This record gives sequence, C-alpha cells and structure tokens, in this order.
Amino acid sequence: MLAWTIYLSFFGMAVLMLLPADRPRAARMIALGATLAGLAFAVSGVLQYRNHPPADTILTITQVTWLRSLGLQYFLAADGISLTLVLLTGIVAVAGTLFSWNVEHRTKEFFAFYLALIGGVYGVFLSFDLFLLFVFYEIAIIPKYFLIAIWGSTRKEYGAMKLALYSFIGSAMVLVGLIATYVVAGTHSFNLLDWVQVPFPRSFQVWVFPLMFVGFAILAGLWPFHTWAPTGHVAAPTAASMLLAGVVMKLGAYGALRVAMTLFPMGVAVWQDPIAILALIGIVYGALVALVQQDFKFVIGYSSVSHMGFVLLGLMTLQTVGLSGAVLQMFSHGIIAGLLFAVVGRMVYDRTHTRDLNALEEMRLSKALPFAAGTFVVAGAASMGLPGFSGFVAELQVLIGAWQAFPSYAVLAGVGIIIGVAYLLRAQQKAFFGDMPEKPAEPALDPITIPERLGALLLLATTVAVGLYPQFLLDLILPAFHPNAPLMGVLTRGGVL
Amino acid sequence: MPWIAQYLWLIPVLPLAAAAIIAICRQRRRRLAASLAIGSMAVSFLLAVAALALTLHPRTSEAVWRETFSFSWFEFGATALQLGWVLDPLSACMTVMVTLVSLLIFIFSVGYMQPDENFTRFFGFLSLFAAAMLGLVIANSLLLLFIGWELVGLASYLLIGFWYHKPSAAAAAKKAFITTRIGDLGFLLGMVWWYASSGTLLFYDGGNGCLEASALNLLTAQTTFGGMAVSTAISLLIFCGAMGKSGQVPLHVWLPDAMEGPTPVSALIHAATMVAAGVFLVARVYPLLDANPAQLAGISTALKVIAWVGVITAVFAACIAVAQTDIKRILAYSTISQLGYMMLGIGVGGVAVGMFHLLTHAFFKALLFLGAGSVIHGCQEEQDIRRLGGLKPYMPITFATYAIGMMALAGVPVFFSGFWSKDEILHQAMAWPVSRVPFYLGLIGAFLTAFYMTRQVCYVFGGAYRGGHRDNAAQNLKSKTSEEPSQPPQKHPHESPWVMTAPLIVLAVGALLLGFLGTPVWPWFHDYFNGRHSGVDFSRLREAWPVMAIATLFVVAGLGLGWRFYGGKRIVRAEQADPLEAFLPGVFAVLRRKFLVDEGYEATVIRGNAFAAAAMNWLDRHVWETGVLAIGYLTLGLSWASRLFDDYVVNLGFDTGCDRVRKSAKLLSSVQNGQIQSYLRIVAVALALLVLLLAWGGGL
Repeated sequence: MLAWTIYLSFFGMAVLMLLPADRPRAARMIALGATLAGLAFAVSGVLQYRNHPPADTILTITQVTWLRSLGLQYFLAADGISLTLVLLTGIVAVAGTLFSWNVEHRTKEFFAFYLALIGGVYGVFLSFDLFLLFVFYEIAIIPKYFLIAIWGSTRKEYGAMKLALYSFIGSAMVLVGLIATYVVAGTHSFNLLDWVQVPFPRSFQVWVFPLMFVGFAILAGLWPFHTWAPTGHVAAPTAASMLLAGVVMKLGAYGALRVAMTLFPMGVAVWQDPIAILALIGIVYGALVALVQQDFKFVIGYSSVSHMGFVLLGLMTLQTVGLSGAVLQMFSHGIIAGLLFAVVGRMVYDRTHTRDLNALEEMRLSKALPFAAGTFVVAGAASMGLPGFSGFVAELQVLIGAWQAFPSYAVLAGVGIIIGVAYLLRAQQKAFFGDMPEKPAEPALDPITIPERLGALLLLATTVAVGLYPQFLLDLILPAFHPNAPLMGVLTRGGVL
Repeated sequence: MPWIAQYLWLIPVLPLAAAAIIAICRQRRRRLAASLAIGSMAVSFLLAVAALALTLHPRTSEAVWRETFSFSWFEFGATALQLGWVLDPLSACMTVMVTLVSLLIFIFSVGYMQPDENFTRFFGFLSLFAAAMLGLVIANSLLLLFIGWELVGLASYLLIGFWYHKPSAAAAAKKAFITTRIGDLGFLLGMVWWYASSGTLLFYDGGNGCLEASALNLLTAQTTFGGMAVSTAISLLIFCGAMGKSGQVPLHVWLPDAMEGPTPVSALIHAATMVAAGVFLVARVYPLLDANPAQLAGISTALKVIAWVGVITAVFAACIAVAQTDIKRILAYSTISQLGYMMLGIGVGGVAVGMFHLLTHAFFKALLFLGAGSVIHGCQEEQDIRRLGGLKPYMPITFATYAIGMMALAGVPVFFSGFWSKDEILHQAMAWPVSRVPFYLGLIGAFLTAFYMTRQVCYVFGGAYRGGHRDNAAQNLKSKTSEEPSQPPQKHPHESPWVMTAPLIVLAVGALLLGFLGTPVWPWFHDYFNGRHSGVDFSRLREAWPVMAIATLFVVAGLGLGWRFYGGKRIVRAEQADPLEAFLPGVFAVLRRKFLVDEGYEATVIRGNAFAAAAMNWLDRHVWETGVLAIGYLTLGLSWASRLFDDYVVNLGFDTGCDRVRKSAKLLSSVQNGQIQSYLRIVAVALALLVLLLAWGGGL
C-alpha cells in the first residue's frame, strides 16, 4: 500500500499536465489532493507497521523482476527508517503545497514538477533494489532544477545549475560505486538484502566506502561540499526550499546510511574519525557563517548545514543512541527547516519583496505580521534545541552517542549549539522586532492567509508532538538498529568493525 | 503513596494550562487572562501548601522525608530516559515560595501593567514562566530539571524583551539568553557525561538513582584528565550552568541588563525565583558535589570552588552596586551579591544554610523590586535615583514596606529575616576548615550591602523631590504603546493603588517573620532539612553571639557611613555629583563602569566570535566559492578547448578532406561535359601527342 505514495504523486503529475493552463485553482486542488493522499498512505503505513511489526523488521511491498539479464528488480520495501522519512516527506509535501497557494505563474507546471520531485523522493526511501533507488534519485534531481530555474529568485539560474551539477557529481560517484560493487559482489542482482550478506574484502571497502558515502553526503551538506545548499535554498521558491532542506538533504543522509554504511562496515571503521571531524566542522562553521549573513534566507540555509552536521555526527558514532538520534534529527530538521523557510520565503519575502535583514528591520514586521513573528519565534526556539520540541530529543541523543564515541567532539558540537542560539536571535530580532517608530507607516501588507496558517500549524504540531512523545518515532527507528536486524544491525553488532 | 505526592505534577501543569489558554485567546480578553493566571497560581499555591504540610509530619525514622514518582519518557535500546518528581523538604519549601511570590507578583502586575496594550500576552508569558519554574523545582530527574531550566530561560528572554521596541530591551534579552546558554552548555555536557557514566538521570530511585550511594561511588572511583575524579568534573560542569543562571562572576553580566524588562518581571524572575534556580540546582545535586574519592578526606574540590566563586561574587557585585544610579540596577547588583552569599552558604555549610538565605531573600528582594516598581509607577517611569527623592510623604505604604525590605537585605539585627540567614552563612564560613578569608570577605560584603542600601533609600525617599523638571522625552514607555494615553501625566508622585500595595504588605510580613525559623536558638529550618526534630535551646546562643556581634558591627558601620554621606539634606539637586565620588573619584569611576567587564567581553569574546564568523564567511564566499567557480571555469575552458579542437582540427580535417574530394570531382566533371566537339578535340590532341611521342622516340 505504501507504494501508492509514489504512484499517486506521479499520477497527480500526469493529471496536472493534461489540465488546461487557465485552471490554476484546479491545479492547486489536485496537488493538495495528491499530497494529502500521499500523507494518508504514509500515516497508515506507519500505523500498520507499528501495530504488526514484521519479524525481520523489513516490510516487503512489492518485488518483481525488471530486467532479467542484469538481475534488476522492481523491489519496494520499508523498514522503520524508511517509514520515518516517508512520513516526513508526506508532511512536508502537504505543507509545501499549502505554502505555494499563491503561485500564479505557470501554476500547473509548478505543481507538476513539484509532484514529480515528491514521487522521486518517496521512491528513493522505499527502494531496496539499489539500481531502482538510483533511478529514483536521478528522477528527483531534474524537477529540482526546473523549480528553481523557472520559479526562483536571486541568481536562480546560477543556483539551479550549481545544485544540479553538485547532484550529478554525487550521483556519478554513487554510480561508479554501485557498478564496482555489482561486479565484486557477483550476486547478479542489485538487491540490498543480497548484498548485505556478501563479505566484501576490506581493501575494496576502504576505497568504495568513501566514494559512495561522500557521493550521497554531498546532498546532505557535508562540509566542504556544502556550498550548493545556501545558494540553492536562497534561489529556490518557498516550496522548493522547504523540500530541499526538509527532504532532499535527507536523501543524501539516508543514502549514506542505507547504502554506504550498511554495505561497508569495515570502510566505516576506517573513515569514522575523518568524517566525524568534517561533520563537526560543518556544525560550527555553518553556525558561524549564519551569524553574519545579511540575507534572511542565507541564515536559514547555513543553519541547515549546521544541523545536518548533527545528523552526520550521529551516524559516525556507530552507537544505537547516536544512530537513532541521527535519524530523529533528520525528521526533526526536515520539519523545522521547512517551517523556517516557509516563514522567510512565503510569509515575509512574498509580501515585503526583500530578505535583507537591514531593510526588514525598518518594517516592524511583528506589528504588520504578528502570526509570522510568532511562528518564527516558536520555530526558532525549536531550531535552537529547546526542550519540548523535536530538535532537543534528537540532538540530546546525538550528544550522548558522541560522548560515548568521542567526548571532545561532543564539546565542540555543544559550541555549535550556542552559536545557533546567537544567529537565530539576531535574525529574529532584526527581521521582526526592529524599532523604527518615526518612519511613516508602510503600505499595509496582506494578512496571513488560511493555507499559510494551516501549513504552519501542521509543522508546529508535528515538532511539538515528536518533542513531547519521541517514542512514537523511536519505536520505528530502534528495531532497525537492533544488533539482530538483518540490515543495519551490522552497525551496532560490534565485532565486525 | 500520599495523594499529594502522586498529584504533585498538577502544580506546574495548572499554570501551563493557563498559559496555553491565554495564548489562544484574544488580546482584548484582559480580565480573563489575569483571572486565569492568578486563579491557577492560587490553586497551585494551595496544593504546594498541602504538600509542605505533609512533609512536616514527623516520620518514625530519622531519615529525610522523601516520596518520588517516576516514569519513562522514551527508551532507546536497552536504556531509557526517565522523568519524575520528588517531594522532599527541598522541593516542598521551594514550591511554596515560588507559588506564593508568583501569586503576589501576578496580583501586583494587574495594577502595574494595566496601561500596557499587551497585557494579555504578559500574563501568558508569566504563567509559562511559573509552570517551567515549578517543573524545575519538583523534578526528580536531572533531565526534567534541565527541561524546566531551558524553558524558564526562554520565558525570561521573552519577558526581558517584552518591550522589544526599546533597542536596549531587545539587546538585553539576547544577551541574557546567550550568556546563560553558555553556562547551560556546561550543564548539558555534565548531564550527558553523568548519564553516560551512571546510566540514569533520576535523582532518587530506591537506591538506583544518580544521587544515591551506588552511583556516586562509581563516579568517585573513576578519574579523568588531570587525575580529577569524574564526580568532580561533572560537578564543575553542572556548576557552570548554575553560574550562568545565578549570575555568578564572570557570567553575571546579563542580570543587570535584564532590568530592561517590566519591573514585576525583575521581581519575580530576576530576583526571587529564576536566578535562584542556580542555587537550587547546586542544592539539589549537593550529594554529588559533596562526594569525595575514597582516598581523599575533607572538603571536596567542587564545594571549594563553589564557596570561592560565591564569596568573590558577593563582594564584587556589592562594590559595583555602590556606584549605580538606576534604582533597579542597584537592586540587580545586590541580587548578584546575595546569590553569591547563597553559593557561599551551600559551599561552606550545606544545603540548609544556602536555601534558608534563598527563601528569606526571595521575600525581601521581591518586596524591594515591587517597591521600586511602585516608585517608578508613581513617578512617571523615572528610574534614576538622582531624579527621585523626597517620596516619603507621597508614598507612605511604599516607603514603610521598602524600609523593611532594605533593613532585611542589609541584615539589621534581630527583627529582620536577612540578619538570621546571613548570620548563619557567616557562622559556617568562620568554621570552614579550608580558609578564613571567605568569612572576612563576607563581613566586608555585609558592610557594603548596608552602605549601598542606605544610599539608595536616602536618594529615593529622603530630601526633596527632584523629578518632574525635565521634559517628558524618555517618559512613559507604557502609554506610548497603548492605544490611548491611559492617564494624564501627573506632576506629583502618587501612591499606587491597592492591588500594588497589598502584595507589598504581605511580602513585608514575610520579610519580617521568616527569619525566626532559623535562629541559633531554634534552628527549625536546618533540622527540617536534615530530618531531625527541632527544639528550643538558649544555650546555643553562647557560642553564636560573637559572630552575631561582629556582623552587627559591620552592618551598623555601613548604615552609619551611608547616612554620613547621603543622609539628611545632603542631596539637593539632581545634577549634583555623588558625595562618594567627591571623596574617592578614581575608585568611584571604575565602580560606576562596573569594573569594565562588559567592555572586556566586547573586546575579546564578542570581537573574537565576530572575527571567526566573518573569516568563515569570507572563506565560504571566496575560497570555496572560488574553488567551485574555478572548477566550473576549468570545465568551461575544457569545453571550449574541445570545441576549438573539434572546429579546427577534427572538423577542419574532415571539411578539408571533403573539399578536396569535391574539387577533384568538379575537375573531373568539367572534363565530362557531354560535348562531342570537345571530346573530338581531346581525341585529336591526344592523337597528335601520340604521333609526336612515337616520332620523337624514333619508333616510327
């Protein structure tokens, strides 16, 4: 049933393409319907998995032969990690549609590309055949390019091209790794479950692991391959930057975990420290750079680099608590970054047509847009990792794991959290709580619309719910990292490393 | 388990619910917001009193009264993070104090914030704060304590920046949040370390808690870098958090600036409750601080550090308070100084000593702040003590209660609570085996406290009224934001309405009576904390009186000297130089500029951070960006080179080849043009050539 998340998105795209161009309202409703249905399937899949957990943690959805000569299969399956990210995609997709309600320029094409992107993302999270995963991974890149290049702002062609090129370089590395693994494995298939049984020689793992890990992690904003992220986020239209930060960056982290780390545990053991250091640099560096940005969206863009550093650091702890914290942080950051980008892009920029913090400071937006200001304050608190929101439980777990694996790194990651407070407060006060009482009143800004309120409430409710009751997601995530789990268990089993 | 111990969670949850309801109701519903906040707080107060009453019941055993309730919040792998609450003397008396002071300050705020347009939101934030603070207080888990800790920080940020249209308030809010968060980093790391080493964050869990013997033995047995016991390292990290929240030197800089918030906020959060949370934390984890590795006897390192930091803060802040001119900033520095005394008390004498001063201080400092609020309210928002003065006849109730608060703070003997609680700290400091210096510094601090409070009271209430002369430029922030001016500006100071004076009276009664719970003759509070039965014994006075006498001497000296400089009719004009400044100009200037700590941070930490951020930004914009662009241009260059190669080598060769073929074809085709004459002509020429060739060769 979970496969319908993919099919519905592409079906919605097809319907949109057949629609006459002068029916923007219908286009919106179709997009909303498709994303809502996707979310409904995701939720029902999650509930079903929780109520009837499969014995070996892997829920096979469909498995048919695709191309016999190469051993390709159309193999969709899910474990708790995929389900967590599928749920995230469903939520962010609905919110993104709501925050794109005001797209008037080529509306139906916008939503068609948007749904194509979402379908590709669902596909990546549900593919257990790695060739199929790669195909979906590529499908997701193309609509991203068009969304930014056509509907973006601020150097949109440059941002779109940079993002596409970075993605393709990453894909190329992944593809080389996949082909090499196919040849070495000799199982005549790309099936993840087959490959995980294969004891790849250590000398092979040592070079193919970094190739695949970095290839995927480029999309997760691994320092120093992060520079696509800020420019891409800034150039993208609101919904695209929500998806970019909320979901696409998770594709990278997911691939790095699901493919590179799972298949090559000996490679992980060799590269654990260098990658953890890169993650740590990303945390502190992203936060510091965010502190001095003048463009509101750049602040959030760099904050994403910093927060994704926590994901990568958590992955490198190779401890149950750190790994589950990393997956939880993927979910949490997806929700919170999506919300922050929605406030900046949709609520503020679409009304004021500027993102320059100095210009915003003179507008007293807290008076003009109290809902936007309130949402940003709460989302900012969530992003800073205050208790009660999802970021706290995720980062706490990553820190506990990091403390056990490498204590001094945990201290530095903590420094990143402090700077995180500083850049958010600075941006928040400049953007919303500036004081220029002598200025004549600005022309009134449009009030916040109902779809915006609904989208903000959806995301806020999610981050608070996970912050108060993280067990809901942990029940999905933890069995996947259990030492006896067929896939990821290899990371926590010990001894293998 | 007694019902109240089981339902202790209601105490924080009621104000939390009130905050949630206020958050979604409209701004106009002022009466609803205020009644919800006050009503929920009143119920919480009654519950807290019931809980306290329960802990007063004598137990059969002599052990400390303690009931806990815990549950698992979330589990990962084999372990879980647990939350829970605890009812023991420490949490019971803190809960009563917090709910009572909050209740009084909520009532006071109804009057004080009456003209403000964001009245509703104010009560929402106050309720949120109270909920977080109460959650912190009843926590039986370091994690729950940390959660409350962070949320009170958030509420404090929101309330300091409540008048965010003042740039100074917005800056102060940011500074407070970031400074305390620096301390919180230590707290967080200490918590993670503690959890990683002992596997639980529950304080008391039937022998398995992290504050109980088995876990502590584990921590003291391990050593970390420098041969330090792990317990000491964790203690110091957690104390960093307490330093940030309780404004201990060198993290004190945020607290005076926090006075930019509305005065009830200063009274509740930045004097009575939240800033005392650091002291409470130290009291709560005292068993850890006290734990010593088996081979080391005597006072643990952590307690020594706490005592020294406390006493240095106490004197340092008291010195600065002497030279300030803002009525609230003087009280803020005084708060820092008194928090130092509490830390000193815990460091040298244990939990009960520090906590007793915390409780008495909460009453008289809340009283002083609300009194200052009443003064500010009555004098057109004037906060500069040089422009106040002569308020005694105008504001009799405020004056009387303020005087009680001042004498309690200064430690005037016998009738005022501050005397007894401070006396106990000095007592323990004198008996401290490590050093006698904290005792002497404590006496100097007592002298300075008496001096600066005398100065303040003389400035504010003595002499003649010096305000009302200048134009109203800086006046009345509150009416600026309100929809219509609430009241016509009044020329003369006026007494505040009863909603504001009634809480003052209640707090004044507390400031007078509370001290008698902890006198040397009847040390009830001390015995209650340690689970002993208490009795009256006059013989203890015999060993106690010397310290009491010396302390009294210092206090009287401070009062007398203060009167000598500022009393009577010595302050006449607002522009007049401070009498002490004329006496000690150099010292006074340094004190007024607060020992230049802010400037020092500005020059080092803030600039360093800005530099690092700018450097990274430069790196990102120029180095990485250049790298990316360079790769891009390299690729473009390669493409161009390929294109040129394609155009001029590959293509040109092909084209030239084709051209040649075409040309030769044309040549041939020009020969084969289909005209008989030209064919015959060629045949004739060929024939002639053939004949000539043969003839020349001689063959013919």
